[in-house]
Amino acid sequence: MLRLIARRLIFAVVTLWVVSMVVFSAIELLPGDACQAFLGQMAQGKRLENCRTEHNLNAPAYVRYADWALGLSAGDLGKSIKRSKPLEDIIGPRFRNTVILGMTAALVGIPLAILLGALAALYRDRRPDLWISFIAIFCMTVPEFITGTLLISFFSVWLGWLPGIVIMRADAPLLDVLSKIVLPVMTLTLVMVAHIMRMVRTSMIDVLASDFVMMSQLKGVSRLRQVLMHALPNALLPTINLIALNIAWLMGGVLVVEVVFNYPGIGRLSVNAISDRDFPLVQAIALLMASLYVGLNLIADLLALLLNPKLRSRGVG
Amino acid sequence: MGAMVDILKGVMATRSGKIGVVLVTFHLVLALVAPWLVPFDFDAQSAVIDHAGPSLAHWAGLDILGRDVLTRTMLGGREALLVTLFGTGLAVIWGSFFGVLAGYLGGRVDDLIMRSVDIFLAIPWMIFLLLVIASFGNAPMVMILTLGFFYGIGVVRMARAATLEVVVKDYVLAAKARGESTLSIMANEILPNVRDVLMVESAMRWSWMLLAFSALSFLGFGVTPPTPDWGLMIANSRIYLALAPWPVLMPMIALSSLIIGINLTADALAKSLGVDKTTRALV
Amino acid sequence: MTAPLLTIENLSIGFRGPDDQPVFIVREVNMSLAAGETLGLVGESGCGKSSLLLAMMGYYKPGLGRLSGSLSYDGEDPGLISSHQLQALRGGGMALIPQNAGQALTPTLRIKAQMIEVLRLHSDLAPSAWHPRCIELFERVKLPAPEQMLKRYPHELSGGQQQRVAIAMALAGEPNLLLLDEPTTGLDVTTQVEVLALLQEICRDLGTAMVYVSHDIQVIQKVCNQIAIMYAGEIVEMGSRATLLAAPVHPYTQGLLASIPRLHQQTLPRPIAGEMLQPVHRGSSVGCGYANRCLLATDQCQATSPAPRVVMDRWVKCHEVEAAVAGELIRPAQKLLAPALGENLLLAVEDLSVSYQRPSLVRALLGHKPLATVQGVTFGIRQGEILGLVGESGSGKSTILKTIAGLQRSLSGRITLSGTDDLAGPVESRARGCLRKVQLVFQNPDASLNPRKTIGEILRRPLELYFELAPTVMNDEVDALLHRVNLPESYKGRFPGQLSGGEKQRVAIARALAAKPELILCDEITSALDVSVQAAILKLLLDLRADSGVSLLFVSHDLAVVETLCDSVLVLEGGEVREAGLCAEVFKNPQHAYTQALMKAVPIADPRKRKDENDVVHIT
Ligand code: SF4
Repeated sequence: MLRLIARRLIFAVVTLWVVSMVVFSAIELLPGDACQAFLGQMAQGKRLENCRTEHNLNAPAYVRYADWALGLSAGDLGKSIKRSKPLEDIIGPRFRNTVILGMTAALVGIPLAILLGALAALYRDRRPDLWISFIAIFCMTVPEFITGTLLISFFSVWLGWLPGIVIMRADAPLLDVLSKIVLPVMTLTLVMVAHIMRMVRTSMIDVLASDFVMMSQLKGVSRLRQVLMHALPNALLPTINLIALNIAWLMGGVLVVEVVFNYPGIGRLSVNAISDRDFPLVQAIALLMASLYVGLNLIADLLALLLNPKLRSRGVG
Repeated sequence: MGAMVDILKGVMATRSGKIGVVLVTFHLVLALVAPWLVPFDFDAQSAVIDHAGPSLAHWAGLDILGRDVLTRTMLGGREALLVTLFGTGLAVIWGSFFGVLAGYLGGRVDDLIMRSVDIFLAIPWMIFLLLVIASFGNAPMVMILTLGFFYGIGVVRMARAATLEVVVKDYVLAAKARGESTLSIMANEILPNVRDVLMVESAMRWSWMLLAFSALSFLGFGVTPPTPDWGLMIANSRIYLALAPWPVLMPMIALSSLIIGINLTADALAKSLGVDKTTRALV
Repeated sequence: MTAPLLTIENLSIGFRGPDDQPVFIVREVNMSLAAGETLGLVGESGCGKSSLLLAMMGYYKPGLGRLSGSLSYDGEDPGLISSHQLQALRGGGMALIPQNAGQALTPTLRIKAQMIEVLRLHSDLAPSAWHPRCIELFERVKLPAPEQMLKRYPHELSGGQQQRVAIAMALAGEPNLLLLDEPTTGLDVTTQVEVLALLQEICRDLGTAMVYVSHDIQVIQKVCNQIAIMYAGEIVEMGSRATLLAAPVHPYTQGLLASIPRLHQQTLPRPIAGEMLQPVHRGSSVGCGYANRCLLATDQCQATSPAPRVVMDRWVKCHEVEAAVAGELIRPAQKLLAPALGENLLLAVEDLSVSYQRPSLVRALLGHKPLATVQGVTFGIRQGEILGLVGESGSGKSTILKTIAGLQRSLSGRITLSGTDDLAGPVESRARGCLRKVQLVFQNPDASLNPRKTIGEILRRPLELYFELAPTVMNDEVDALLHRVNLPESYKGRFPGQLSGGEKQRVAIARALAAKPELILCDEITSALDVSVQAAILKLLLDLRADSGVSLLFVSHDLAVVETLCDSVLVLEGGEVREAGLCAEVFKNPQHAYTQALMKAVPIADPRKRKDENDVVHIT
């Protein structure tokens, strides 16, 4: 068991290391260096030269990678080309906001998705399932920017209940953030619930057809207990990893949601950074997002390991 | 060929399948013939007024620049369809090759491929897409290659999972014991038996890639103005939604109907092929 | 006479087909069971025996339902009582012991939680008494270390232990009726014997009534006093064990008993021609379900369903009872004499060791030897010889076969074919001509044929691979292959899904024959088939050997099958050879204790070998 955990941890660190190399070399491979990209094709002479010396661009790639990687491990994300503030100060609060957004969506979405998925499986091919599945198809097929736009026009333009566009400073206090994220969270949750619900439904249908659920029924166990004690845990266990993987993939949608709602998070920052061609900033954000992903999967792995008796005893033996 | 007809019949046997096929066919045909059907030039500005509502001349009204919304909506899916069709094809081909290979060979090859997949999945794909487009431009070829690459990663996982269910079957062992080559086993024994799952999953992935493409153009990275595109149209007109809903609603309806059509088709396909128990996860 | 515990009248189970025609899984079954009585339901897979058993608990598999008839347990119909009463009945009044206990226990719950669940629902014990009661029950079913067992999860138990837990769980509600659904299928013979002994003991001590469903009449006769034979959804013959086994009347019962291979019987079991029609193919036809295979079938049999009659102290459903009683319907054939075996050793295996562990650098550096599944096995097969490899699961018998086939790497040792071809390496390292000489047939016919290829394509593939043939010759060759395994040529265009299990296995054998092999490796190739079909495959194998002089390596867990078919035998335990020799000698006079134990574990369907105390003929 401990060995398994250790292996997962080592793999997470290795993944991050490889990702950092991929990110770095990908940006190296883009035409022009960071200063050229930022200042434009026409830039030349003194200004370009100054910029290059300031960002140490004249050093060979492996030296710069080593510098960057060493800095990263010491918590130094690097220097923005456009802005003078240290990257930590730019990214920090925005990263916090994105994590709050994502976590809230997950906290609301996952239980809801499990509930709906289980219900749909229990009523397979009957009315509740057809409705849930139909609405799910709708939610997962309509792009976030459309859902977002529709939600804004409904809740803020038409009903006037909630602010449509988030207007706040990136480093606003936590309470301020929480009060403003209702609509963005809703947008993100709809897609997430739809996807996770479908996974839970499939897995639950499998488990409901298994021998041990039938056996529990033939032991005289009540329907509710059959579902809660015998079926659901066994349906969820194999999906934990899948859910984490898909939440991480769906986080790509955070970019769009943040732009739609003008939410000061890391996603909108990255869009701006790319528009500004501020490569060091992009590089740092990409790595942060990757570590978020790795962390999420690590938690899921450990959770699966802890909850699944089969995995647990394999680790012992 | 006969198999394809049978499959289509199976899909058309359900109501959702019928709706789906009709929607998808409508969009595909429209994309092909729209340039000869549109009432106006997509970039022509009506000098008189902008943001006019529907009229006899302009059935769906005009946008902020006074351009005909119907014309732009009819043309707005062409690039998206082109890019995502080829992108999905690319993703499915390379993804299923590596997925089947990993699943069949197992051992070290499997480890290597799957660990690489894990690492690629950790890369924030949306940021990378934007970065590539920002650097190399948004020519369809660039989009096809990058989208095809990132969406193929999920296909690898999916194809491997499907293969793992087949490799344990004795007929694969029998082929191996007979002395068949690896390629022959992959093509003759495994592929025919994972084909159904691959088809359904590809359809789903096509719809997700359309979502990604429209998100890109919404962010301003997908197509270059004034080329009409649904995502871009929504992005440009959405602040005037309360004022003039048509320029937003038209592309919204077009995009959603296409994606819902694909999903309904995929669902019906899965039901009729009996593979509706696949996980159908994004990755 | 007291009122029976369970009565079933005219019960039919099934579903409505596309045009609202009923499709019967179980058809017009009548029976009754008194308290304390034990009834065995015997039938082939798909005959409806499990559906009938589950119906007794008021349960129908999804899609199925009761079409007509009535059921009553203790005066109440389980289909008509409230869900509350039903919950009290299931696990309380009657309890099920399932087929595969490993899958019937919930993987995420500890054994204790699952035991207590039953006690909470079906006993009046105070919570403090639950734990001691669990221990008591576990001791009852002879589980070792009951305290520890309670703390474990299902997957941490062996198959036999899981089955015992399932039995203890069924006993927890102190039921009056135990329903057993093939409780020992999937267990090794030696474990099976122990579980059967336990069940006998429970019946005797607790006086619980029992309905025991199995495909294996030899198991049934060990535990049950009443036997009912089911075929195609109907009970065709029912009576006390002694009368029924001593003189079977129904043509199917006669055929079934004649098709079972038995130890020390010098004759070849006789197959029943054809296979049972599946429910959808039977449709709602009105005739006798056995008519397509019956030697006595008349026009009347096709037209009307026979009415049940009481003959010779039993209940039979057949039009031609008199003819069946009079005629010697099945005459056991003599065992074919083995052809003079060649002197030459075809296959020589010397000191073979195999391990499933991947060779790892770390382990090698640490000096750990990989764990061997097979250790130092040596044997040979002569030309035209059939060698049986017997042993329980984990004995390494399939591993040896896979290694010879090149699907598993050996750790050490030599395997040579005809003295020249080296078979120690994996498939990839072997020349095509060498591959051709050794062919493989698998256990499960459903998995051994690619479902996407036609039978013709499947048979053509080895021909293309090993021989260069003109297309017309190829076609003739495929026809000839089908002919050799007694299948019609028209099967070329069919897909495996359209064939029955026995037919698929014939195709698999034909595919092996296509290569004109010198050695065919058979991995439990009859154990997934029904006995009446198995006998036909055994006969086919003997015929093929007589025709072509091919050698067979026949892996099996069934001693009787091995004795019937093989010339010599190798007994394996834990990856090592325990005993080897000619079948005639080893089976007559087993030397090794393990062989003796294996032989003792074989249940024998011979009524004279068992004492019958309280057989009562019970006829409804
Ligand atoms: S009724 Fe006819 S077909 Fe059926 S078993 Fe009797 S003789 Fe054979």
